[in-house]
Amino acid sequence: MKKRIVSLLALATMTATMFAGCGGSDAATEAPADNAATETETTEAAAELPEDTGKVLNIQCWNDEFQSRLKSHYPGYEEVDATHGKIGDVEVVWTITPSTDNAYQNNLDEALLAQESAAADDKVDLFLVEADYALKYVDTDYAMALADLGITDADLADQYTYTQSIVTDSNGKLKGSSWQACSAGFIYNREAAKEILGTDDPDEVQAAVADWDKYNETAAKVADAGYTMCSVNDTFRVYSNNVSGKWVQDGKVILDKNIEKWIDDSKALVDAKAEDTDDLWGDDWAKGKNPEGKVFCYFGPAWFFNFCLNADDPASIASKGGWGYCVGPQSYYWGGTWICAATGTDNANLVKDIILKMTTDKAILKDIATQDQDCVNSKSVLADLASSDDGNIALLGGQNPYKQLADGAEKVDLSNISAYDQGCNEELQKAAKNYFQGNATKEEALDMFKKAIVEKYPELTAE
Amino acid sequence: MNKKSKVVSYNKWGYIFLIPFTVIFLIFQLVPLATTIYNSFFENYRSGLTQIGPNFVGLQNYGTIIANGDLPTYFINTMIMWLMGFIPQILLSLLLGAWFTDPSLRLKCQTFFKTVIYLPNLIMASAFAMLFFTLFSDSGPINSMLMQIGVFKEAYQFMSHVWTVRTLVATMNCLMWFGNTTILLMAGMLGIDPSLFEAAQVDGATSTQIFYKITLPLLKPILIFVMITSLIGGLQMFDVPQILTNGTGDPMRSSMTLIMYLNKHLFSKNYGLAGALSVFLFIITGILSLIVFKFTNSEKVK
Repeated sequence: MKKRIVSLLALATMTATMFAGCGGSDAATEAPADNAATETETTEAAAELPEDTGKVLNIQCWNDEFQSRLKSHYPGYEEVDATHGKIGDVEVVWTITPSTDNAYQNNLDEALLAQESAAADDKVDLFLVEADYALKYVDTDYAMALADLGITDADLADQYTYTQSIVTDSNGKLKGSSWQACSAGFIYNREAAKEILGTDDPDEVQAAVADWDKYNETAAKVADAGYTMCSVNDTFRVYSNNVSGKWVQDGKVILDKNIEKWIDDSKALVDAKAEDTDDLWGDDWAKGKNPEGKVFCYFGPAWFFNFCLNADDPASIASKGGWGYCVGPQSYYWGGTWICAATGTDNANLVKDIILKMTTDKAILKDIATQDQDCVNSKSVLADLASSDDGNIALLGGQNPYKQLADGAEKVDLSNISAYDQGCNEELQKAAKNYFQGNATKEEALDMFKKAIVEKYPELTAE
Repeated sequence: MNKKSKVVSYNKWGYIFLIPFTVIFLIFQLVPLATTIYNSFFENYRSGLTQIGPNFVGLQNYGTIIANGDLPTYFINTMIMWLMGFIPQILLSLLLGAWFTDPSLRLKCQTFFKTVIYLPNLIMASAFAMLFFTLFSDSGPINSMLMQIGVFKEAYQFMSHVWTVRTLVATMNCLMWFGNTTILLMAGMLGIDPSLFEAAQVDGATSTQIFYKITLPLLKPILIFVMITSLIGGLQMFDVPQILTNGTGDPMRSSMTLIMYLNKHLFSKNYGLAGALSVFLFIITGILSLIVFKFTNSEKVK
């Protein structure tokens, strides 16, 4: 009897071990990561860079956007295959990790933390970041200051200020550069606008959505006509960019008034069936790119035009030039890609040249704008485009949006950005969805948000 | 003297054969288990690119998990979804197993059907969940079919109702594992001495009586094995609900399982809290396994 119990116990423990072994293996294989060594004393800004010794240029990114820009616009870049290229004798290796589930950042974290001990050919030379989490990388020694690469303020004078403030670390050092200025606005379905508002003229549509009250009125009309305005997740960034304070202040998560307004406005619109709760990038959300989807608008910046509206698909609205663009209820920005040089690169001259050519060379930037419909990070190129037919965009029915885009880029204010923005924005949208769909009260949804934030960032408090 | 040493030399082979298991168990299970417990006493996570800790904090991580009170909720979620999938699965498997092993039925194409019912298990769980996600999305094929037949006027949001999400998860688990269970149960049934069935038939027992009085009692060891593996598999339920709900466990985390909760702590590489959580899971699994053993073996122990 006693023996039996002992053997049962042994058996049970063994089975349980099997389970716990699996669950805990992540914790077990981790090596005690050394504290991010912060010994780097900035050597006096070396005007002369050491000669490039690297034979491999490693680039970390999350999609093929930068790759296709480099391919079409960087002189001397030859494509070898989907993840390899060549610039002169240097082999370019692309490590493309999708952003989904934070995979890109997880991968980049590990690569950067191992930078010091990595073999010369494996060291990261360039990496790309997005605005939502730029500070996480920029405010460390893993990203090189542009001044150390020999890039001067004069080189960057034509860029929009906001694109620089986002990649400036807490010591005021600029550590990245972007070829895009991602001011964003209201992209509407011209066919639907004619039917509902009686016009598809950008100025008159703008008048109908000039502020949130007017926007909500228009949304009611749109719903009556059998259309959906857009997803609540489309409008989120417009509200969240116009907040009065940072997400995290003194280690505490603060819910801004404008975010709360988003929750309340959106709930009303969802209840009136004027907006839906589709997640961005999903199939349900994407259905509005074709006329049958019956979606009135999307919110987006210039990269949205050529990356997200399926202009290649002959059934899409974009292929018929059926979209229009205006500023929308509030100015905001969305995304953009910043190029950062990784500390420890052995191709500093090449890295410097790529950054200079891709983000400051006016001829290249103009090519990017006309070929790829990017809103480029150059005041003079945008002014140029706004006043010429080169800026007319086919999928917008020949409309020239550059005047609005340039004005928007001047207005973008990034003083309220923090390293926690991405996590906070994502979790708030997820939690609020429960409220919109009637599965929780507003308080319950906000509690859920706070819970998720503390899980994500154990150092924060949310009460 | 000589005789004695001969006996001993046979015994040593037993130990030699045990070495592979013992070594693998030590390296891949006992050591991780010990380090998990060790890790659970430390504050150890990453904030951005900055590593915090490890600092010894004693039982604070355990306190945090008990204080926020989420563990029982996710445990109940997991058990609900497991039971919703397991009960139909075991019934289906028993029925199919009994049919396949019954010689008097003379089923044709047995191999074909056995292969077919096992096939869902070959698909990756995440691919399967992705498929269901697309099938049941608001503008997916299921909704458009139901709307064309006239069941719904507008798309039914399968992903925003507690019980539809749980049912979908349970259905997927059931579909994926009933073939596997059927094959295990069939093996058990085929192992029963056919003369017992013949004797029962001669005595005039009906097929229902044979099933309840002979098949089931003799199948018990296999049933216990199926129960326990399924229970542990159920507690580890992760990929299906994770992919189906995009990691949120929505609506309101009603389909969030224990392992999905554990996974939430990996964003910040929070080894301390995740370690403490793993220790709780270890205890829960141990207790449940013991209960199953006790319960199913109660007659023999007496």
